[in-house]
Parts: sequence; structure tokens; C-alpha cells
Amino acid sequence: MFAGVTTFIFCAVVIVPFIYGLYLTFTSWDGVSVSKPFVGLTNYASTFKDAAFWHALLRTAIYSVISVILVNVVAFILAFLVTSGVKGQNFFRAGFFVPNLIGGIVLGYIWKFVFNRAFVSLGNALSIGALSTSWLATTNGAMLCLIIVSVWQYAGYMMLIYVAGFMSVSNDVIEAAKIDGCTNMQTIVHISVPLMVSSFVQCLFLTITRCFMVYDVNLSLTNGEPFNSSVMAAMHVYNTAFTYKDYGTGQAEALVLFIVCAVVGVLQVYIGKKAEVSA
Amino acid sequence: METLNEKAARNAKIFGVLKIILLIILFIAFIFPFVLVIINVFKTKADITSDPLALVGAHGFTTANFPNAMNKMSFWRSFANSACITIFSTIFTLLLAAMAAYVIVRNKWKACGALFGLMIASMVIPFQVLMIPLVSLYGGVLGVLNHRATLIFMHVGFSLSMATFMFHGAINTNVPIALEEAAKIDGCNRWQTFWKIVFPLLKPTIATVAIIDAMAFWNDYLLPSLVLAKKELYTIPIATQIFYGTYSTDIGLVMAALLLAMLPILILYIFLQRYIVEGVTSGAVK
Repeated sequence: MFAGVTTFIFCAVVIVPFIYGLYLTFTSWDGVSVSKPFVGLTNYASTFKDAAFWHALLRTAIYSVISVILVNVVAFILAFLVTSGVKGQNFFRAGFFVPNLIGGIVLGYIWKFVFNRAFVSLGNALSIGALSTSWLATTNGAMLCLIIVSVWQYAGYMMLIYVAGFMSVSNDVIEAAKIDGCTNMQTIVHISVPLMVSSFVQCLFLTITRCFMVYDVNLSLTNGEPFNSSVMAAMHVYNTAFTYKDYGTGQAEALVLFIVCAVVGVLQVYIGKKAEVSA
Repeated sequence: METLNEKAARNAKIFGVLKIILLIILFIAFIFPFVLVIINVFKTKADITSDPLALVGAHGFTTANFPNAMNKMSFWRSFANSACITIFSTIFTLLLAAMAAYVIVRNKWKACGALFGLMIASMVIPFQVLMIPLVSLYGGVLGVLNHRATLIFMHVGFSLSMATFMFHGAINTNVPIALEEAAKIDGCNRWQTFWKIVFPLLKPTIATVAIIDAMAFWNDYLLPSLVLAKKELYTIPIATQIFYGTYSTDIGLVMAALLLAMLPILILYIFLQRYIVEGVTSGAVK
């Protein structure tokens, strides 16, 4: 049968582990022993009592809100600039997209070097106090670094979606607006943006889900330092399960994270769809 | 006195210049980290530490970082692992997803609808929810971790739903049923119809899915790091991590390793840039 293999692999990798994961949340397992004793709701109780998890979740929420806004603002500006008929706009488009080609681990290490060495050296050379110590060494600085890297990483990708949005707005409408006396700014705010709502919905959904699940950059850029102040929710889940060998609680926390992320994502798409207009 | 038109023209000109300046500043900010890596990769460790911003270090130009880094991260072995895993995962995903999508589109069975619904629903499940049960099932129960084939199997499993969804849309819109009926009359069986008629018509979608998935497989870190614990199986992203071990890091080697990790995909990007940008856009917009 044509679809048999697909069904089998899909079930083996996604469906069965998902259901098995639900079962795991009711057991206590250390990752080594053969038996997985049934413990009822203990794991959920310890999830609710795990202050570090809720801190990580709150931190992730703050980081996500700031990153999502900045990513989309920067991406929208980039998209506007590279669709406005500037010479070499394809070259610029290709350039801004480059960070997306490279994995989060490598990007994180590159920026670690930039923050730890290049900025510090620049700060010393020009005697700028704010740059002379590494931002990664302070609590708020590490979060700021994570946000900067995320904006840099995703803006190029979201730019492409906004570019597609700009292209989909027909020239007739723009010209009509210009003839009616709209300035450039007015045309964007009152004509392009309302017609591009589906692009916004899409970009917001992609950035929200990615920011909530951030792991690679978190690992390579800050690794949770200093003093575990930059541990994001996904990293906390990983540590609970694989470092502290508490698989049941880790899985319960992963589920909570998933539900929070899914609710936010669905709400955002629902609100966005309502705002869509057609020309 | 200048007329309103002249004023508008002048404003437009100023606006245009400002746009270009802003664009160039942003562009420099975007590529600045890469430039830093490139200038530092040709310096000695001492030079990088003393002045990471200098174009050429005090000890002069050196290429010694490359062989040392390649040696330490076993570059060619990691490269071969990454390439093998990426290529096979991509091929299997393409073939299996296209076949499944074909079955789902052309048959109105309830099972097909259920499978497709499950696949769409599963796209919202983040990897973090599945990683712990995956490790405990495949590691604890089946004991098949530390094989490239296991990783390929999982990569395919994770990417199938998205790929099937995209092929589903493409078959619905791009493959006229009349063409298939003609093939049937000419004596093709379903297998032949699929490979000779349907599959070739799906080329644009195949390119899109291949680009998106291959990039994701090549750059993935978390899943390979959970599946492949043996050094000789390391992929490039995992191998890059070796440099930040317990010992003090040799920053020159790190620079070389980061550049080596980026190079393969950047070289591909130079040649396939148009397709990659198009593929990613059409993949995201669907």
C-alpha cells in the first residue's frame, strides 16, 4: 500500500511517543531502571511546586514578547526597504536571509565571541563604559543578548514573508491612493498594512512558536549563565529530564509548556483571522 | 520659488537616499558577526585575545587554525555523517510524503481523512514534548540509539506531516485528474501513473520541501545530540560543541570550526540562492 510506510513512520515517531509521553507523566523514571513505578499525579504536583520552572516560563514569556515585537518590526522595515525599488534589492534580500541558513548552535557561538571579545575590545578602545565588560556576564545583559541574537536570526526569514505580502498588494490600489493624495507613509499604514494582515498572522505565529521553544541559541550563547538567570523553559525541561534524571516531571513540564504555547498561538491566529480584510 | 511638484520630487529624492543609507547600515549590522569570524580565523590565539577587531594580527597571517580545528572536530567524518543523514532523510521524506499525499487526495476513505487530520494536528506539537518519550522508547525499550538509521527514521517521521500537507495542496491544484485518466486508458497502472505522471508534475513542491527539510536536517542539533552519543557518529553541529569543553577554549580553533561549519551551506547558497529564497517563501506562505 502506498501510504502504509508513511503511516507507520509517522505513528512510530510522533503519535506513539506523544501518547507514551502522557503515560510517562504518571510514572517516576530515572532513565536507567527497567521499572517505571506508577505515581499518579505526583509529577504534576512537583511541576507546580517547581519554582525554577515557573521562573523559566515567565522569563521565556518576557523574552518572547520583546523578541516577537522586535523581530516583526525589523522584518517589516527590511521588507519595506527591499521592495521599494532600491538598486540591488535582491542582493540585500539574500544577505539578510543568511543567518537563517545556519544552525542556532553555530550562531550562538559566533555571537558569544562578538559579545565577549569584540564588543569588550571595542569598549576598551573607545572607552565606552557600557561595552567594557561583557554583557553576557550580567543577568539582564544575557537576556538582552539572547533577544538581539533572536532578532538578528529571524528578521531575515520574516522579511521574506512580508516581502511576499508587499508584492501581493496590487499596484492599482497603491496608485489610486497616491492619486488621492496619500503620502508614502499613509499608503503603507492605510493601504498596505490592512491588506497584509495574513502575512502578520503568519509571521507572528512563526515567531511566537519559535521564541517559546528556543533552545539551540540559548545553549550555545548563554548556557543558562550567569547563575541560571537565562535558562529558558525548553532548557529547563531538558535539564530536569536529562541532567537531573527526572523524566516524569520533565515530561509533565514539557506538556505544560506545549499547552501554553499552543493556547497563545491559536489565540493569536484566531484574533488575526478576524482582522483580515479583502481588497 | 519652487513649485509643489519640485518640492515633492525633492522630498522623494531625500527619502530615497535615506532608505539606501538605512539599508546599508542594517546590512552591515547583519553581516558584521560573519566578517568578524572571517578576519579572526586567520590570526593566532594571542592576537585574537589582544585585539579581535584588527584586520591582521601582530603575529601575522596564519592558516594553522584550519588543520588543527579540522583535526579536532574530525571535520570530514562529521561532514560525511551530516551529509549522509541529510541526504537520506530528505529523499525518504520526499518519496513517502508524495505517495501518501497522492493516496489521501485520490481516495475518499475515512482512514485517509483521519490520517491527514492527525498529521495536521501533530504539526503544532513541539519537539520538546516528544524528546523524552522518544529517548525512553528508542533508547530504553528498543535500544536502537546510536545508529544513523535511527536518526534518519526520526527525521523522516518529524518532517512527514508538513511535507504531506504541502504535497496534498500541490496535487489538488497542479495535477489534473483528466491526465491520470488518460494514463489509465493508455494502460498505466496506479504505480506507473504516479511515477510517470504525478511525480514529475510536483517538481516545484519537491524543490521547496527538499530545501526546507534539508536545511532543517543539516542544522538540527537537539535530536541528533539525543540520538547520537558516540563520537564517530557526530554531525557538524554536535562536533562544533566539542570546542567548548571542560578545558580552556582555543579561540582560534573555535573561529576555524565555526567557519567550517558554515561554509558548506554558504557555498550552496551562493549557487542555489534564488531557489532557496523562493522555496522558503512559498513554504512559509502555504
